[in-house]
Amino acid sequence: MARRSTTERGASPATVTLVEGRTLRCQGAWTMSEVARVERVLAVMDWPTGGAFRFEGSGIATFDTGGAVVLSRAVMDARLRGCEVTVEGLRSEYLQLMSLVSANWSVMMAHVAVRPNGTQLVTALLRRSRTQVLQGVEFIGRTSTALLHLLRSPARLRWRSTLNSLRLDGVNALPITGLLTFLIGVVIAYQGAEQLRKFGTNIFIVDLVGISLLREIAPLIAAILIAGRSGSAYAAQIGTMKVTEELDALQTFGLSPIELLVLPRVLALVVALPLLTVYADVLGVFGGMLIASNQLNVSFTAFLTRFEEAVALRHFLIGIGKAPCFAVIIALVGCYQGFQIRGGVDDVGRHTTISVVQSIFLVIMFDALCSILLNWWSL
Amino acid sequence: MQKLPSTLATAEQVGLPVIEVSHVSTRFGPAIVHQDVSLTVMRGEVFAIAGGNGCGKSTLLREIIGLLTPTTGTISLLGVNSRELEQPDGSPLHRRFGVMFQHGALFSSMTLADNVAVPLKEHTALSARLIREIVALKIALVGLPPDSAVKFPSELSGGMRRRAALARAIVMDPELLFLDEPTAGLDPMIAAGFDDLVLDLKRLLGLTVVMVTHDLDSLWRIADRVAVLGDGRVLGMGTMEALAASEDPVVQGYFHGPRGRAAQQNHAGALPERA
Repeated sequence: MARRSTTERGASPATVTLVEGRTLRCQGAWTMSEVARVERVLAVMDWPTGGAFRFEGSGIATFDTGGAVVLSRAVMDARLRGCEVTVEGLRSEYLQLMSLVSANWSVMMAHVAVRPNGTQLVTALLRRSRTQVLQGVEFIGRTSTALLHLLRSPARLRWRSTLNSLRLDGVNALPITGLLTFLIGVVIAYQGAEQLRKFGTNIFIVDLVGISLLREIAPLIAAILIAGRSGSAYAAQIGTMKVTEELDALQTFGLSPIELLVLPRVLALVVALPLLTVYADVLGVFGGMLIASNQLNVSFTAFLTRFEEAVALRHFLIGIGKAPCFAVIIALVGCYQGFQIRGGVDDVGRHTTISVVQSIFLVIMFDALCSILLNWWSL
Repeated sequence: MQKLPSTLATAEQVGLPVIEVSHVSTRFGPAIVHQDVSLTVMRGEVFAIAGGNGCGKSTLLREIIGLLTPTTGTISLLGVNSRELEQPDGSPLHRRFGVMFQHGALFSSMTLADNVAVPLKEHTALSARLIREIVALKIALVGLPPDSAVKFPSELSGGMRRRAALARAIVMDPELLFLDEPTAGLDPMIAAGFDDLVLDLKRLLGLTVVMVTHDLDSLWRIADRVAVLGDGRVLGMGTMEALAASEDPVVQGYFHGPRGRAAQQNHAGALPERA
């Protein structure tokens, strides 16, 4: 058996020399860290065909499985060329390792032969995406039926977890949502101010800031923030519960994970996101107002008076009307990805990422769809 | 019996200490895990660390392999202070031991074959083909079927995962093999098979095995020497026969509980030549 300690004590590196075309003299340390060179030499060696061939192994100082595999392969190659192979001079413990390898040779070759082929991979991929779509539909269906049950007997709602979710995903998100939309309001007003000043139409800053924020930007910013904050958390929480078999435990008590985990989160977000959007509207418009008075000499009073005339109520209603839909998308995608987690810990990370990307994607898709439809109805 | 010293380890190597734990104490905040623990593992033996839950067995193992540092005391592993394992240049030593973690610790994003190949890919310059062959040999040695090599850890059963972890631990032909609760959670048949597997590998590859275990059957079957930990100290150390005759009440309780006696009887029945 190779003891690497002896290798480190300064054995020479592994070498092979062909003597008189019929004898291969093997020398040095035939260990995993040293044998790579010999393998390359053997691959391009001029092998004789037929006749006797001798492997001379008395010069091998250290030997391990790596060396044994290389030597066994050389022996097999020589046999395939019709040689009468003899292995000589190997120490008894090294011979034992050789016989270990040859005893397992056919199994090893079977192992090496097993590799996934291309068509199988493609069909597996197709089948996977089909089941994913089906599972997504099934999940929406289950959640809807659970919701119907809940409507019939509202006492079943888990108030505690709903309110907890409301606090975690709504109240705790207030500072960051407020700050971000305030800054966005500032940015829009700055950009608009530049252009409006050229035409001397300073007062239109109110239309610019008010309509764009109330109708599109504040709901979107709030939704994207919540997707990153809460959607990912849903996926990770439910996924971890799945990995640790907590979901299975719930089911054995006859409790439905959908009713217990998904509905409270969906309902909490449906309440929280519109409220967050209103809050975002206020702070965003306030940001715009500050810049308007600072850069365009539009006073707060002038701004608010103009606001009442210019920004129709429908813009505000369309904005907060979209928010509950965004909330449903985010909560469902997050929870669904959580349930999709199988097996390992790295699955949790993967599905958390997927949940954020998918929910932001779907939110923006839905928003674009709304814009097109509302334009048709000229709202 | 297979309980001979490894046929591959040469005579002068057998019986030399490979691990020396001297006067190790460990504290996690106010909790005292070890107090003045000393033990020595000889080359070529199967050394078991036993003891009740929470007695610091796994902590000691983690200290030996350099994942934790003891509060005081020194641990020497193959002649190197295990504190040096934390240094990035500790890797020559890392190649000389393999660790099988309790739950396998297989990388879940890789197939079984890729898992086993990790040390070879990182530490050697071998060709892809040779790596595949060595990996295949090790997978065959631990008795896993060929089609399992392309499976992911989540697709394997608990017993198969354990074997895969063992294949990964021995892929570099380590001198020292650490097993953390190798048979916990396995059914008796598979656990016994695992014991045999460890003995076979030890014989074939000339390993020194250090294992942490609760499993009294495998203590009787494969351990050459056992250290029993309790109250943060080594309560007893020696062969199972010697420990079974120990006066210490905790050791007594450990080996002469109903399960301990059953395991001893099993052992005496199955292996009359040893009794």
